[in-house]
Amino acid sequence: MTDGPANDEQIQPQASADRSVAARQALMATMAAALYEELGAALASLGDVPAATDIRPAESGLVMLRGRAGGDGRAFNLGEATVTRAAVRLADGRTGFAYHLGRDSRKARVAAILDGLWQGPERPRVEKALAGLRERLAAAAETKARRVAATRVDFFTMVRGED
Amino acid sequence: MYVAVKGGEAAIDNAHALLAHERRGPADVPEIAPDQIEHQLSLAVDRVMAEGSLYDPALAALAIKQARGDLIEAIFLVRAFRTTLPRFGHSEPLDTARMAIERRISATYKDLPGGQVLGPTFDYTHRLIDFMLAAGVTPPEPAEAEPECGAVPRVTDLLDGEQLIEAETPRDGEPVGDLTRAPLDFPADRDLRLQALARGDEGFLLALGYSTQRGYGRTHPFVGEIRFGEVMAEFVPEELGFAVPLGPVALTECQMVNQFHGNAEQPPQFTRGYGLVFGQSERKAMSMSLVDRALRTREFGEDVVAPAQDEEFVLSHCDNVQATGFVEHLKLPHYVDFQAELGLVRQMRAEHEAARETLREAAE
Amino acid sequence: MLDVASTGFADPVLDAQAQFRALADALARPGSLRAFTPRLTPPVGFPAALASIALTVADHETAIWLDPAFAADPGIAVWLAFHSGARTTSDPSEAAFAFVADIRAMPPLAAFGLGDEAYPDRSTTLVIAVESLAEEGALVLSGPGIETDRRLGVTPWPEGFSAQFAANRALFPRGVDLILAAQGVIAALPRTTRIREA
Repeated sequence: MTDGPANDEQIQPQASADRSVAARQALMATMAAALYEELGAALASLGDVPAATDIRPAESGLVMLRGRAGGDGRAFNLGEATVTRAAVRLADGRTGFAYHLGRDSRKARVAAILDGLWQGPERPRVEKALAGLRERLAAAAETKARRVAATRVDFFTMVRGED
Repeated sequence: MYVAVKGGEAAIDNAHALLAHERRGPADVPEIAPDQIEHQLSLAVDRVMAEGSLYDPALAALAIKQARGDLIEAIFLVRAFRTTLPRFGHSEPLDTARMAIERRISATYKDLPGGQVLGPTFDYTHRLIDFMLAAGVTPPEPAEAEPECGAVPRVTDLLDGEQLIEAETPRDGEPVGDLTRAPLDFPADRDLRLQALARGDEGFLLALGYSTQRGYGRTHPFVGEIRFGEVMAEFVPEELGFAVPLGPVALTECQMVNQFHGNAEQPPQFTRGYGLVFGQSERKAMSMSLVDRALRTREFGEDVVAPAQDEEFVLSHCDNVQATGFVEHLKLPHYVDFQAELGLVRQMRAEHEAARETLREAAE
Repeated sequence: MLDVASTGFADPVLDAQAQFRALADALARPGSLRAFTPRLTPPVGFPAALASIALTVADHETAIWLDPAFAADPGIAVWLAFHSGARTTSDPSEAAFAFVADIRAMPPLAAFGLGDEAYPDRSTTLVIAVESLAEEGALVLSGPGIETDRRLGVTPWPEGFSAQFAANRALFPRGVDLILAAQGVIAALPRTTRIREA
């Protein structure tokens, strides 16, 4: 469903070849880790933006999480996770998607709208609106890493025998 | 004659009301909130997620509150909840090599890239009750240090160079078995065994793992590595065609390496047992890896001589929701069955008595 | 590509539950008519009754077979994949559900999945669009779920289809089940039903 000519009457789903996929994944990761209130505030701060309608209403479901035997071997089904998804279409035809762990459908819908906006001229404004959130998440990760690092064991060798 | 009986509705309603009252406890004790359970009883939450086979800390915390702290009851609630949701698909395999490490230890190598990181552990505590906690204390700020940059490779990747350790093969493209979709058949492949063990009862797997150490299917295990931390879960939706990050999932992984004498096909080497569990649960991950290795007995041409090596025994009994369902159903009314048994026992006693009488007469 | 004019269920949970109830009732009382108004807008060319059933029964692990008329419009498979996650298959014998636009041009029933003795539920359920269903008709049905007998009119009902269905019934417990859908009404013919043409 990712090939075929673009058409005003139809949605053009985003192809994996999109060169900004990595940037979009980073955006999605940030929003997945955010609270609904943070995303809602970011969207509100953008002011006047194209209206969004649901392509598929926000809904909660399951994704089976897989692991690999030995970490790098054959895949196996570890257990499921609750996941909430939303898909919206903006008034100008852009589409936005969100898939998050958890059951917060309000958050997924706001994230889908921000995802749609980010793919157009609003990208710099979306990035700016989420800058504070990114900083909060980075600082939390940094603090955690520093605390963990303090529990690293420094071995020292005991001197044995006579001098 | 079978007589259906009906009744007890009022008693059941009242019992549930009493349960709700007892769950709340004395009114002068503040009610516990699910987020307190989620963040302050987080290892109980982790166990409910692992054995409920559903990653959702807030839901698991609520289930623990509803179950009054009965973790198997909470696991049952979570399992029931998951049946109400549609499944969107499966994730990309979680890449534990990219884990944001919160704990990582090895019992086989002292000096390894990334180091030994203790993290938040009960190890080395004195197991003395801390009465300060009863009073309520604010713990001191944790110490900080400069994090070491760079990857933290899995220990099994380090040993791979010399081929002294069995290599895993990804076998991508093969279907991945799912025991929640198709009934378990025996013999079961390792994918299905690992799924069953990952959601299996911690106590049952602990006892089985212990039994292998005590000689019932000895596997000569060493902890190659245990790591705990968060891994980004990724899912490829059909309409996007690229991996969407869903959010971080906390996991405990245990790589057990086991000395193996070799057989006709395979030279002596270290074989592997694997454990992977939602949340922080070292005991479960270690037990799982011991039992995983024990269940690979056939694969290595060894004889099945102990319970932990018998996959039908292990996989059929490791699920605590199934087990509790069948054990606890015994308390449900069996009035008719028991009446039938009573009649049978009376008849057998009469026959027994008559036979003894005959014997006595013959002896006289 | 997804047709922007199409939608899935307005309320995925409640709409699917209502459709499922109608299906369960129809299957429990073979040949009885169940009025049902789907609440979605599928791609043009895919009847709403079939679309509603598809979103109710299919998920990402479900293999769906579309007959040549439905398969000719790729938008239908895209819509199914987007809203249910289901994949389409070109092999009718591996389909859990088959959606049929034209009962007259359909492969024989035996070409679909028939299940096996251990898992007879693993057979194909055929969801067939028909022009009309009527309570008084040429078919006389009997069997489980029917007290004595029940009349049903299906238009079109191809020549020889009753014999095919009898052969399907003879495979019991294996065999396919049929769901027939016309505008606003469905009826079911499970593998246990006997059909006689009056």
